[in-house]
Amino acid sequence: MRNILTSKNILITAILLAFFAATQFAISQAILPPFFTLNLMLICIYIILSVSLNLINGFTGQFSIGHAGFMSVGAYFSAIITVKLAPKIAPLIPLADPKPVLLLIGLILGAIIAGLTGFLIGLPTLRLKGDYLAIATLGFGEIVRIVFLNSDYLGRASGLIVPKSASWPWFFFIMVISVIIIKNFVTSTHGRACISIRENEIAAEAMGINTTRYKVMAFSIGALFAGLAGGLYANYMFIIQPMTFGFLKSFDILVMVVLGGMGSITGSIVGAIMMTFISAALADYPQWRLVITAVLLVVMMLFRPQGLLGNKELSLNFLGKKGGRNGAA
Amino acid sequence: MELLKTEKLSKVFGGLKAVADFEIYLNQGELVGLIGPNGAGKTTVFNLLTGVYEPSEGVILFEGKNVAGLKPYQVTQRGMARTFQNIRLFSDLSVKDNVKIAYHQHTSYGVASAIFRLPGFYRGEKEFEDKAQELLKIFKLDDKRDEIAKNLPYGEQRRLEIARAMAAQPKLLLLDEPAAGMNPQETHELMEMISWIRKEFNLTILLIEHDMSLVMGVCERIYVLDYGTIIADGAPAEIKANPKVIEAYLGEEVH
Amino acid sequence: MEVFIQQLINGLSVGSIYALIALGYTMVYGIIRLINFAHGDVFMVGAYIGFYATTSLGLGFIPALLLAMVLSAVLGVTIERIAYKPLRNHPRIAALITAIGVSLFLEYGGMLIVSPKVRTFPAVFSDTKYHIGGIVFKFGDVAMIITAVVLMVVLQFIVHYTKTGKAMRAVSFDYQAAMLMGINVNNTISATFAIGSALAGAAGILIGVYYNSIDPLMGIIPGMKAFVAAVLGGIGIIPGAMVGGLFLGLVEAFVSWAGYSTWRDAVTFAILIIVLIVKPSGLFGKNIREKV
Repeated sequence: MRNILTSKNILITAILLAFFAATQFAISQAILPPFFTLNLMLICIYIILSVSLNLINGFTGQFSIGHAGFMSVGAYFSAIITVKLAPKIAPLIPLADPKPVLLLIGLILGAIIAGLTGFLIGLPTLRLKGDYLAIATLGFGEIVRIVFLNSDYLGRASGLIVPKSASWPWFFFIMVISVIIIKNFVTSTHGRACISIRENEIAAEAMGINTTRYKVMAFSIGALFAGLAGGLYANYMFIIQPMTFGFLKSFDILVMVVLGGMGSITGSIVGAIMMTFISAALADYPQWRLVITAVLLVVMMLFRPQGLLGNKELSLNFLGKKGGRNGAA
Repeated sequence: MELLKTEKLSKVFGGLKAVADFEIYLNQGELVGLIGPNGAGKTTVFNLLTGVYEPSEGVILFEGKNVAGLKPYQVTQRGMARTFQNIRLFSDLSVKDNVKIAYHQHTSYGVASAIFRLPGFYRGEKEFEDKAQELLKIFKLDDKRDEIAKNLPYGEQRRLEIARAMAAQPKLLLLDEPAAGMNPQETHELMEMISWIRKEFNLTILLIEHDMSLVMGVCERIYVLDYGTIIADGAPAEIKANPKVIEAYLGEEVH
Repeated sequence: MEVFIQQLINGLSVGSIYALIALGYTMVYGIIRLINFAHGDVFMVGAYIGFYATTSLGLGFIPALLLAMVLSAVLGVTIERIAYKPLRNHPRIAALITAIGVSLFLEYGGMLIVSPKVRTFPAVFSDTKYHIGGIVFKFGDVAMIITAVVLMVVLQFIVHYTKTGKAMRAVSFDYQAAMLMGINVNNTISATFAIGSALAGAAGILIGVYYNSIDPLMGIIPGMKAFVAAVLGGIGIIPGAMVGGLFLGLVEAFVSWAGYSTWRDAVTFAILIIVLIVKPSGLFGKNIREKV
């Protein structure tokens, strides 16, 4: 316990709680304009998406560009619970308002099935390297999307309308928990095993690391959290459609990870926040958003390929405990 | 029983027989050398022994059990560790982390412990830290433990590779040209270190090397490889005088 | 039987388009191991150049085709020099990410410049239909297949009988050795991009003329499919791209015929994944080992 209650952790917790209290108050009292509130939710979703993608791409070095596919699995399967099967499940819940429980079940199911999808796709695919892996993940992302597109049960191209049951507390705390879980994974020996695969897969294998196991593990965990983000998205954004979860969505998440720095968790958070801001700023000029994002990506790769933070973390060093480079516990 | 024994070990790539009928043995505690001209197939032999390549034919008996066909990480977990001819460090990681990773197979806690920061995590991490520190001290790298591996001078990188392989707690250590690129002073220090760790850790060592002073200096027995087959084996003095060996290295004798 | 032959013709015409585009992918991958994500968009630009050539400039088919090919070649080389050359010594992932960025830039930049509106090509091909047995050959089908075949023959000639072609083969075999032998590697790479892009541009104008409509996003799906064709045939192997393209075109025709046209794209990706898992080097490829 003494290990967890460091002064750094206590300070961070205090800041987070204060932030939550302030924002929750502002939202519940309708002080914030709806566009602002929407973007707060989106930031949380994109933080989960970019941190989970970073686990796969940045920390384990496996180039996956179909992440939106896992998001869609989480979105649709959570919607199956909260919309399609709700009439059957709700009566079984002994509460006056069954919606939160339905949402919880939906989110968990969506995440688990997304994780399972990641596992099944990862097993055959992760033996591929570099460009081939990227194309295979792209292919799978598209296949998932086309499957949903052809499903009558899930509304085909029109998709599903999902009543809004997720609120700010859900977004904020799920985001915080997701980041903590992934960070704890990455700063453990299992995270080191993944990082060693990125650094030099042959050497990692020679040093006793079961590289297949860890690649699939990272991929599945990344997919699980993408599914969780998808579930949150579905239960707030009113409607989910296959075209939302296409390659462009995967691309957006990739840009966040590259911008922030592949291999830095705080980097992904920064990347997610920045890109959401940029999209919000360009909301009136949608045709410019993608062009600017694409140019930004190319310029970054040419002049600062390690992104903003590289593989370092933003740390609160002034508190004495050393933060710093990833790989250390 | 020999610690390592191969029988009729062969590897064919397409039409090329890279290694043919390779048979060696190592007893516990021996320091054996594997030499031969460039392209003879020495690294291929290492790759076969450590599971990077699957043999086309033959058997690799480690502690009496056949390990041919196992994946590299499984071979390492059985007790064989190696270094690489071209250094394969985890370049962007610290010296300390390079070593900790090799300990992973022996000192682990579950993913749940990691995620929920259960006591097992803290105990495990302390063990990693202590063991890494101990090992780095032995290899005189502990003052560089937070240094990024790629920033180390060449000689220290080679030393780190060996330290990392030792962290895997092997019974048999395979060293692939550990003295490559070193000057005579560094080579001498390396020789002493190899002898020392062999005694200290009760290790068996198979060594590929080009540097004859190193090989003749520390090896008890030497195998000579040429075009994928063993052409001679024996004590250093015998090998030095063996005409077939001389021919392989220098070409045919001119009368 | 006639329906079968009809589908065959359809498959071969679409397939020859995929083949033309696939050639660009395969040649670039062969020489610098990069999947040029932006290649499909060069195809789109070719279509637009053809459009403006036949409408604003009033050119006939062949001049428009040549113009599209030349300008596409210029575009391809420009992209290579600006976005890929600086990253040649970086990890391959960097170039791949950059290629994705360039692709999106062309697509959405294109939308800004020419508007997302779908444009219609003037009728460049005559409406003549040939009837043999019960089968209808549109003039367009014939023109497309013949143009594609001519271009592929020219390509084979260039690759096997010219100095540039020899240089291309040398660089894709061993970059360093080619440099040491005095081959100007930079120019050879640019030539590869130029030729590949010219072929894509040709494909673009052919498609525009055949289907009569173009839009800035038209390169995405054919681009991906052509890539699958290149992988199927063996990425880096020129005859492989041709065979792969034709094969994929035929598969598509028959999938549509069987009534599953909404699954067409999924079938293409499924083929990709099966190839990558079962035999990543493709139909004509060889396995290359990483040196340990």
